[in-house]
Amino acid sequence: MPQTHATGQPYEDDAPEPAPAPAKAESTDALDSLLDEIDDSLQTNAEQFVRSFVQKGGQ
Amino acid sequence: MRVAGIETEYGIVDPAAPQANPILMSSRLVSACRLWSQGRTAPWDYGGEDPLQDQRGMRRDRATAGADMLTDVHEWDPAHGRISLRRRRGSWEDPAHLNAVLANGARFYVDHAHPEYSGPEVATAREAVLWDRAGDQIALGAAERYAEEEGSRVELYKNNVDGKGASYGTHENFLVRRDLDFDTLARLITSHLVTRQVVVGAGRVGLGQRGEREGFQISQRADYMEAEIGLETTLRRPIVNTRDEPHADRKRWRRLHVIIGDANCMDVPTYLKIGATSLVLSAIEAEDDRLEALVLADPVAAVSAVSHDLALRAELTLASGETATALEIQRALLEIARTYAEDVEDALVLERWEQVLDALGRDIFAAAKDVEWVAKLQLLGRLRDKNATVDSEGVARPLAWSDPRLAALDLQWSRLGDGWATRLRAAGAVTALVTDEEVARAVAAPPASTRAHVRGAFVSRHPDMVDAAGWSTVVLDRETRHGKLEVLHLDDPLQTGHPVLDELDAAT
Repeated sequence: MPQTHATGQPYEDDAPEPAPAPAKAESTDALDSLLDEIDDSLQTNAEQFVRSFVQKGGQ
Repeated sequence: MRVAGIETEYGIVDPAAPQANPILMSSRLVSACRLWSQGRTAPWDYGGEDPLQDQRGMRRDRATAGADMLTDVHEWDPAHGRISLRRRRGSWEDPAHLNAVLANGARFYVDHAHPEYSGPEVATAREAVLWDRAGDQIALGAAERYAEEEGSRVELYKNNVDGKGASYGTHENFLVRRDLDFDTLARLITSHLVTRQVVVGAGRVGLGQRGEREGFQISQRADYMEAEIGLETTLRRPIVNTRDEPHADRKRWRRLHVIIGDANCMDVPTYLKIGATSLVLSAIEAEDDRLEALVLADPVAAVSAVSHDLALRAELTLASGETATALEIQRALLEIARTYAEDVEDALVLERWEQVLDALGRDIFAAAKDVEWVAKLQLLGRLRDKNATVDSEGVARPLAWSDPRLAALDLQWSRLGDGWATRLRAAGAVTALVTDEEVARAVAAPPASTRAHVRGAFVSRHPDMVDAAGWSTVVLDRETRHGKLEVLHLDDPLQTGHPVLDELDAAT
């Protein structure tokens, strides 16, 4: 089989690339607001949530 | 690439009733999935499973097998040829083993005490990502229907541990050539399975099977790997599982059943889990001499050593007596894999694999958009810093790893629908390899590249005629002179059509 290791992006037509990432600042803002939301939601119920998450073993 | 597939056992919780019976909930979730599928579903064909056949050539005696290994309690019908006849039997289904074969070629069912989505056979790493994500959407659709039917809610978690000692699996399956000696395969694939954690690990808060020591590690599953090789999957779990059920022509194929992997909520790890492993398998099939130098001296110890080493500096001892880090072994495997790229898809896998290894080698946080354990660690780190306390000497102390908020974030990371991983993706903070529109199509339709296409087409277009379906069979129940069920055999995973399907489609 031929070597087809790619450097760069020679195959753009065949393999659609994901949508371009948002600008860094925008992404950081979104992350900050997500972090605030996580922080708020975990202030009250984290311990109870963790204790009640019980699963049976599987494969 | 090669034919592959991913099975995911989801964690299941009724948030209003944490003690609710998980087998019952899973069973009702599968019932709800059937309703969600609007009749485009079929029961499972148990006609041909052989869970006690070992890759090493022996068979486990039924008397010594644990009850959870006996997945073939229905009758055994060794059939040959493209179509064989089967006598009718009762249509009773065990509610604890309820199944739904779906229009996209997948199987949604109760496995032990978890709902499981076994994705359809795919032929590229990108397809693996698509139909894995489709499974999450199907499970969510089933959960919505469950809420309507039951008047209570279930939450589903795409993870592998509960932090109390229980682990449940996300398994990968790869078709490999039968003429490859299994012991050689096991010896050579192990180095990859142990070291790929740095690329595909989902991250976990807590060390040890019960999280008895505080801290963070790279992999969900690592601390549950207790043997190098073996048939079990629920206890004394092995790095290389030896179950020999090819679900295909046994003379030509093996199915490598990989149980060491984590459930992934990000695209790149799923992509590389399938894509990179497939290329390493090609190198093994070709008996590439370079692989022998990467064999580890103590693979079981190395699994935890790699998982617990966030700095990626742990030196693993090789069978040769030399040492290498997980990243160095991954780099060596990448170089070997280059020889076996056959097409554009393989080339893209190599490129992505290299990018991720480069980023991890520079600074792990450079890989946060692509590598799940790093993305999770980054979020945990920011939460720890945000809630840092200042001690008497004016030094900021981040939140301790034992703080339940960190364990909660870890669990909620993987919750389907609104988990933090999903939210991070929505915020544009992780690399997406597939679009929501593509996933929606993969929910409704099978891959066109494998026999899943035949299974899915029967289920979606002729569901009333399908008595049952399995990986390598579709069983038809229709008006015939012989009055028996007809078993269509799909022993070639790459077959994408069947003459009976063509006839039926032409007639309707």
